[in-house]
Amino acid sequence: MDEDSGSRGDQAGAGKWYELFSRGARDWLRHDEKVREAVRANLPEIIAGGDVINDGARTVRVPVKMLEHYHFRLRRPEEQQGAGQGKAKPGDVFADPARDKGPGEKGAGGRDDGGVQLLLEFKVDDIVDWLWEEMQLPNLKARVGPADDSDWIREGWDRRGARSRLDRRRSFKELVKRRAAPGATQTFTDEDLRFRQLARRKQPAVHAVVFFMLDVSGSMSDRDRKLAKTFFFWVVQGLRREYKSLETVFVAHTTEAWEFNEPDFFQVSGSGGTVASAGLLKVREIMDARCNPGRSNIYLFYASDGDNAVSDAAEARAALASIAADTCYTGYVEVSSGVSRQLDTETGKLYAELGAAGGAAGSYALNDFDDVWGAVKHFFRAHNQEGATP
Amino acid sequence: MSGDWQSYVRRIEDLAARSGLKFHPVDFEAVPDSFMMEIAVYGLPVRMPHWSFGVRYIYQLIQRHMGHSRLFEVVFPGNPGHAYLAQSNGLAENILVTAHVLGHADFSRNNLLFRRCQEQVSERIVEHAANHARQISQAIESYGAERVEATLDAALALEQHIDVDQALRRQRYPEYAAEPKALADDAFRKRFAALEPATSSAATELRKRAPVPPHPERDLLWFVAHYAPEMESWERDIFLAVREESFYFYPVFATQIMNEGWASYWHARLLREADFVPQQAYVDAIKCHSDVVRPIAAEAQVALNINPYHLGFAMWENIVAAQGLEAARRIMAEDDDFGFVRNHLTRELAEELGLFRYNARSDGQVRVLENDLDALHEVLLAPKYNFGAPVVSAAHVRNDGTLELTHDSTVDGRGLDLERSRKVLDYLHRVWRRPIVLTTVNQAGSALEVTAP
Repeated sequence: MDEDSGSRGDQAGAGKWYELFSRGARDWLRHDEKVREAVRANLPEIIAGGDVINDGARTVRVPVKMLEHYHFRLRRPEEQQGAGQGKAKPGDVFADPARDKGPGEKGAGGRDDGGVQLLLEFKVDDIVDWLWEEMQLPNLKARVGPADDSDWIREGWDRRGARSRLDRRRSFKELVKRRAAPGATQTFTDEDLRFRQLARRKQPAVHAVVFFMLDVSGSMSDRDRKLAKTFFFWVVQGLRREYKSLETVFVAHTTEAWEFNEPDFFQVSGSGGTVASAGLLKVREIMDARCNPGRSNIYLFYASDGDNAVSDAAEARAALASIAADTCYTGYVEVSSGVSRQLDTETGKLYAELGAAGGAAGSYALNDFDDVWGAVKHFFRAHNQEGATP
Repeated sequence: MSGDWQSYVRRIEDLAARSGLKFHPVDFEAVPDSFMMEIAVYGLPVRMPHWSFGVRYIYQLIQRHMGHSRLFEVVFPGNPGHAYLAQSNGLAENILVTAHVLGHADFSRNNLLFRRCQEQVSERIVEHAANHARQISQAIESYGAERVEATLDAALALEQHIDVDQALRRQRYPEYAAEPKALADDAFRKRFAALEPATSSAATELRKRAPVPPHPERDLLWFVAHYAPEMESWERDIFLAVREESFYFYPVFATQIMNEGWASYWHARLLREADFVPQQAYVDAIKCHSDVVRPIAAEAQVALNINPYHLGFAMWENIVAAQGLEAARRIMAEDDDFGFVRNHLTRELAEELGLFRYNARSDGQVRVLENDLDALHEVLLAPKYNFGAPVVSAAHVRNDGTLELTHDSTVDGRGLDLERSRKVLDYLHRVWRRPIVLTTVNQAGSALEVTAP
């Protein structure tokens, strides 16, 4: 009887604390936070994974293992003894049935190898913030000097203003201050009200155009293209951070060249030979048609396996030089997942020559997903040094 | 309908008392399934926050979503005891669970290991744990979440490393080595003293400081709390709070087969004798009972682990049938799982239950071994030695404060997992604040040191 009335009382009341609060969920969140810290600490390795990029989305998904809280444990033996039950006689040999079960299911007898994998979603912006913090990459310097542009920002308060800009907190503070004086009116008066003010602030106009050129000739494998894609993705993220308006242009070439929109660009695959000058001339053409080198910062990133036709060398050199004259920086990544040729290729030589001649150019050999971050680092550091000494 | 079963509680309690169960009163509370799950994850209804519980919580959620585990009840010993029942239980399940809980209450009141630990910890572990949780949230406020978490990382990593044979509140070691025994003042001593007068060695002899620790110390939580060179008092309190909870958990761990078996034996027996239970509820409850004490998953031929409910239940039925209830009650009071399994899991019963030993290779191949009752006992008990943890003791503290830990690989049969050990030392180093050296053995059996930092 007692218990009866007791539990009814509970149900009638506001509810027990455990209906309002879950400790399990709290500690789960803390676990996830720790995972995020761990992910952050190993960011370059994790972001480089080819599968993290979510097309078009502003988030990336990173598969992570659950953390383990470590205890002293004995080393796992080669053979483990256990006790079982059922229809089995000495000498019977069979496969452990627990092994066939799906992930997340603990095997019997403590053979709990199958850790649960979590899929954590990270904002791309956060990751870029972390990366920049981690790398301590200084902001990129724009080659084109700041042009005037202006924007409204909040600045200060006034006693008059539009109703929508009433600052309640501030107004209430004024009321409290005024009420402290003896004999003051206790309610709000017009004097108490404070309105946020807007002011025009001049900002440097920074506009950038980035050309991404991808070699899609027959020699570029799927994996090569994926490497290039991952690299381009992070380059866009990095540059987007620096420029309020970033225009991207995607060009693919074999012996011909085409411009693509972003989604199609990464899907495209071609066949046939490689003529870099075709792509470079296409870039030049678009640049002339749409960009004003005096008004915007232009970048070119080119990904190729470097097997340019030998007969194209002179033309490509000329086209590249003409582009380099008008760009802040041109980068070349050599994707060759099979063999690491370390830039000892036709295209590699072109860029080396350009760099040696004092042009703002750099090259990086991208052989594996682990190299992606190294490439990003290489170009942004290099570019910054170039920018610092115009 | 949680209201229904409560009308049965009193009658089941009466029946249990008539059947000879002696238990402290139990407070029953029906709680949402989500809270049941948390109790199971934390082991206590209110417990300190730590991210590792979050990990267990995720696993538990997954298990539940896959329909594997269902929790009917969780019971905490004490006076009064607390039993939490899942709100989703049906009438039949709740009747069964009530009888089951009374079996546990009888066990925890009469089993010597439980009694000893309750005398040490108190009969109000639920409130104590809630106090610890509060104390830790205060520490978080004063010293910051990060430092408290670091301390808990270390303390909870060592949670199994206590010595239950020592008192919960134990004294520090004597500061000086024991005085040499005064020799008997016999005729020989007198003549001997007369030979060499006035050296008066006793007066000038310096008292010798005892080494710390004077013997290898397995109670690591206690040892670190009392002898860490630079530990702060709030960190010490956290270590001691974790240790106190471990003292509570030990009997639950060390009598699991007996305790669950005893409760299952009594829920089955009380249910048979409860003529007041409606026919349908009785049938449902029996079905539920057979699910709980089922040895092998329905579709499987063999199981590679033993359901403690089933094993304990079968053993108690066997004991009561062979030796009578009086003897069973005495065994219940005096044994833990070690004595229980070694003394009362007979060859006949092991054969009847189809228990076997096996070797599992790391590639998943399982080979059934020949029958050997003693070996079977030990395989069943192996996960229970030393609270389920390797035997690691504090051996020595060097003059510079370096802590030397040793792992007794002769007892455990093989060395420690080095990667994990290193991580544990990293945790511990944040509170010990001096170097730590752990000795264990490698695969070949030769000594090996793991150090932090």
